[in-house]
Amino acid sequence: MNPVTVKNISRKFGKLEALKEISFEANQGEIFGIIGPDGAGKTTLFRILTTLLLADTGEAAVDGFDIVRDYKQIRKRIGYMPGRFSLYQDLTVEENLSVFATVFETTVEKNYDLIKDIYQQIEPFKNRRAGALSGGMKQKLALCCALIHKPSVLFLDEPTTGVDPISRKDLWDMLIRLKKENITILVSTPYMDEAGLCDRIALIQEGRFLKIDTPAELTRKFDKILWAVQSNAMSKLLADLRNHEKVQTCFAFGETHHITMDDSSLTIIELQKYLSRLGHTDIEIRPIVASVEDCFMNLTAKESEK
Amino acid sequence: MKQLKAFIKKEFYHIFRDRLTTAILLLLPIMMLILVGYAITTEVRNTELAIFDPSKDAATLAIINKLESSGYFNVTRYLDSPDEIEHVFREGKTGLAVVFSERFYENLMHTGQAQVQLLADGADPNHAITVTNYATTIIASYQQELLKASVTGVPYQISPEVKLLYNPQMKGAYNFVPGVMGMILMLICAMMTSVSIAREKELGTMELLLVSPMKPIYIILSKVVPYFFLSIINLTTILLLSVYLLKVPIAGSLFWLIILALLFIFVSLALGLLISSMVEKQLVALLISGMALMMPVVFLSGMLFPVENMPWLLRMISEIIPAKWFIMGVRKIMIKGLSYPSITKELLVLGSMAVVLIAVSLKKFKIRLE
Repeated sequence: MNPVTVKNISRKFGKLEALKEISFEANQGEIFGIIGPDGAGKTTLFRILTTLLLADTGEAAVDGFDIVRDYKQIRKRIGYMPGRFSLYQDLTVEENLSVFATVFETTVEKNYDLIKDIYQQIEPFKNRRAGALSGGMKQKLALCCALIHKPSVLFLDEPTTGVDPISRKDLWDMLIRLKKENITILVSTPYMDEAGLCDRIALIQEGRFLKIDTPAELTRKFDKILWAVQSNAMSKLLADLRNHEKVQTCFAFGETHHITMDDSSLTIIELQKYLSRLGHTDIEIRPIVASVEDCFMNLTAKESEK
Repeated sequence: MKQLKAFIKKEFYHIFRDRLTTAILLLLPIMMLILVGYAITTEVRNTELAIFDPSKDAATLAIINKLESSGYFNVTRYLDSPDEIEHVFREGKTGLAVVFSERFYENLMHTGQAQVQLLADGADPNHAITVTNYATTIIASYQQELLKASVTGVPYQISPEVKLLYNPQMKGAYNFVPGVMGMILMLICAMMTSVSIAREKELGTMELLLVSPMKPIYIILSKVVPYFFLSIINLTTILLLSVYLLKVPIAGSLFWLIILALLFIFVSLALGLLISSMVEKQLVALLISGMALMMPVVFLSGMLFPVENMPWLLRMISEIIPAKWFIMGVRKIMIKGLSYPSITKELLVLGSMAVVLIAVSLKKFKIRLE
């Protein structure tokens, strides 16, 4: 049996449908990413799977235990890192770690090997109070605390939000190392660029899974023509591109706008002419390979067409 | 057990690292006792006295002398006519005017009666009543002396209207010490426990504790134990201060006083737990324990106002206020000098309150986020 199996989980908060018929399975020792914007339902899903909330309908099992009936067993076996920093701010790094080791009826020494790589990075600050740590160090400490009892399944709710790029990389390196310990990791993130580091990803939007696949398959299956467009007036460009009848979608992607088209009836030269007629200069158009974010935007657009 | 020990230790870290709060918690009882013992007292000293004495005979002079030597009054004005009385009160300094009748001593000797009028500023009724009581008592004591000195023993029998203990300051402390004990213990136990659990919820650490093998009872106990210790420290300070500084003796059994206090501490801790099971935010916990617990303790426990004179609805409410029963019991032991059998009712009421509250808050403890 897979360490995480979820069948048709739905959950409402009042009238808001936070989760709609979510089903998936995570395999032993894989990093399963749940990718989606804020408010998509990631935290609710994590809280249901960590037995903190009850689902309205559907069932799920973690490490073979039912999330409602066997919640006590699950609580012994999983590691959970909430989205918000939730350690004791007035305790030191070392004290936090030992408190959480005791909570899980173990000691820091027993599982030190597991956290060693990441703990060494914060060890110079072990006598500093957790509240005085930087964002990246806080998350590293939180990860250590979630790992201290060698959980079989690890739930990380947006572990890299508010973390500097270098610490983000450290955290992801750590997750990839943990995979080798055969720990199943469910990680949520709003950053599409982190999706490529997962073994499989689920794209979530408004409480619904749009797609579950490996990042490579997901981008390979992208069936549209995709161009990156740049000019001297980017905000005007966005509107102008959206007004072009052959352009299907157009989204701002950092320094360029990505546009999709169903067929190849429009050529780069034609588009260039169209744009310069509208007064754009320094126009640059080039075909690109789809990223996870392109897939996500494409799927969301399809979703709203329905 | 190891979990519990580590958690109690962690809780003490929280308390001692928040130095300001800890200092307030430990100094509050001392400050309050000193305040009610010295500053807030019903005793009135050095009241300025105006006198209209048309007789100027042996009796009036003796009475004025006695008033002045009592320490409560300073004679500052001798009036020429009663018409000046209004004027001196308007000036605002005079607290009491004494107006003797004409031929005071003569009347007293021959008819056995003499009039003396005491006028006080009714704008401050408490003060007015206190000073007139003092004066009445002093005058009465003079009459007693006259009576003793007389050979016949019959003629001028006027018994004093009010009998006052000559130690109003002590009386104030007698009234306040049980009240302050009740208030402080309730404040520290209920407020601090509820706030500290609400803090775990607010900061998200409760979420982590729930997703762990930690038993709810351990979480609760680890919150209760440190504040229990703090309360015992406070109880000790309060008792030491009241005995040695305010000279309020513990007339009854110290053992039963401590039993009663421990029981009350349990009830307050349980109330704090109950509040924390209902709220998510520290501020709400603070407001609820401040408004919903402190106000009734101050107004309905009999600490400041006698409950007996209140409308029946308020009297009914006062019955379910733990502090009322505690203060009643403390008064019985400390001041009346009674012991175990006479506080059975208080012990039983507080005991059942503790059992019910702890049971309810254990049952209401949420094993999930909602």
